Amino acid sequence: MTRAALAGVGTALAAAPLGCFVVWRRMAYFGDATAHAAILGVALSLALSLPVFVGAVIIALVMAAAVTLLTGRGYAMDTLLGVMAHSALAFGLVAVSFLSGVRIDLMAYLFGDILSVSRIDLAVIWGGALVVVALVAWRWSALLTATLNPDLARASGIAPQREQLVLTVALAVVVAVAIKVVGVLLITAMLIIPAATARPFARTPETMAIIATILAMIAAWGGLQASYQFDTPTGPTIVCVVAAMFAVSSLFDGVRRAG
Amino acid sequence: MTTPLVRMERLSVRYGANTVLDHVDFAIEPGEIVTVVGPNGSGKSTLLRAVIGGITPSAGRVTRGAGLRIGYVPQKLVLDSTLPMTVGRFLSLPRRASDARTRDALDRAGVPGLQARQMAALSGGQFQRVLLARALLVQPDLLILDEATAGLDQPGAAAFYRRIEEVRSETGCAVLMVSHDLHVVMSASDRVICLNGHICCEGTPQVVAEAPVYRALFGEGTQGTLALYQHHHDHDHEAHSHKTPEDAH
Repeated sequence: MTRAALAGVGTALAAAPLGCFVVWRRMAYFGDATAHAAILGVALSLALSLPVFVGAVIIALVMAAAVTLLTGRGYAMDTLLGVMAHSALAFGLVAVSFLSGVRIDLMAYLFGDILSVSRIDLAVIWGGALVVVALVAWRWSALLTATLNPDLARASGIAPQREQLVLTVALAVVVAVAIKVVGVLLITAMLIIPAATARPFARTPETMAIIATILAMIAAWGGLQASYQFDTPTGPTIVCVVAAMFAVSSLFDGVRRAG
Repeated sequence: MTTPLVRMERLSVRYGANTVLDHVDFAIEPGEIVTVVGPNGSGKSTLLRAVIGGITPSAGRVTRGAGLRIGYVPQKLVLDSTLPMTVGRFLSLPRRASDARTRDALDRAGVPGLQARQMAALSGGQFQRVLLARALLVQPDLLILDEATAGLDQPGAAAFYRRIEEVRSETGCAVLMVSHDLHVVMSASDRVICLNGHICCEGTPQVVAEAPVYRALFGEGTQGTLALYQHHHDHDHEAHSHKTPEDAH
């Protein structure tokens, strides 16, 4: 139970600040594509007897690189990402079915299985979370400037492509970290919903990231408690809690604007 | 002769089979105001981007003076509504600026005291001036403006360019700009470059306005441009008689 709570809070810590950039840069679909591709990474890891984390990170990075390369080659970004996200998921599911030798609980990878988190998993989750937070904190100003306008960034001596790469790497790590906790299908929710919930309460990008992180952590802990109470699947329960927070926040924002 | 801030030698830029800039030779000296005019797709923005260093030339080269500080005012800055941003925070991107310097930059740009406002709550004119303030914070040797008045009405644009001239005389920075507000911009410039993939003609605003290539490119508009230009500088009150009252202020 403590392990599960720590795993949830660690994932929230990694996902929320990065999720702010996903929202600001309108990369939600990009997050989806990367996350869905990770199931292919899971299959690969199991086939090659590698740690799931390694396979997921590698495939997520390959996916992100493929999307970046294909961008601007004739398809609208959302079409391209839709194709990539769902193809990756489909191929991943098919690939998993070929692994007849091992018994795999597919649901655990699709929706997470936080209660089976081992000590090693926990170390990977917190290690990954700290890497992502350190990376985002280190590049914060450059990332923000590049998010505002690429030419503005260039004039300040910042290479927008490099910052894009930083985000891509961070996203791949978050996806790999979050698989155990919420599963590949719900990772994007942990990225964007806390950020969107924090928006009405923030006046600067920094406060938005901090509020999003706190909300995500509360949701992770609260969702875990609720899933015990009601005997519901934990990953989806966490997302339900964060979605309820979003509803309250939107209501608050609507009332404030009207008033 | 001073060393130019930026020099381009036989610069060519191609996107695939499409040549955007072809053998452009160009230099900007300290303290001068240079305006680039040209029809849509003539490579104006590409030229500015090459100066900033955002484009790898297909041929030729761009030389920037050592330690050159560039202040850049983009054509358009779309702030996603999900991104909360106060003016004060924006001015500290990417490098932290002290409160005193922030205040000073906003004063210079002609929008004092906006620090605590949300960027999304600013009017078009205020927004552009905040962008100008941010560009001034680096104490630029070269200020670059890419269609900086695209969203402003004509009096707003004219006031903006007057502000630019004042900034130039206060700080001594060079200014390189692209604009569609031909007459306003030309009257504020020391030198005008008429671009259409290559440099068609260049010189003082008067020389360019009278050049046949320029007239060919801008057609009908040329008469108005010339008329108003002369109105500003020669007090030729007959030439602008067909202009609308708001133009002939």
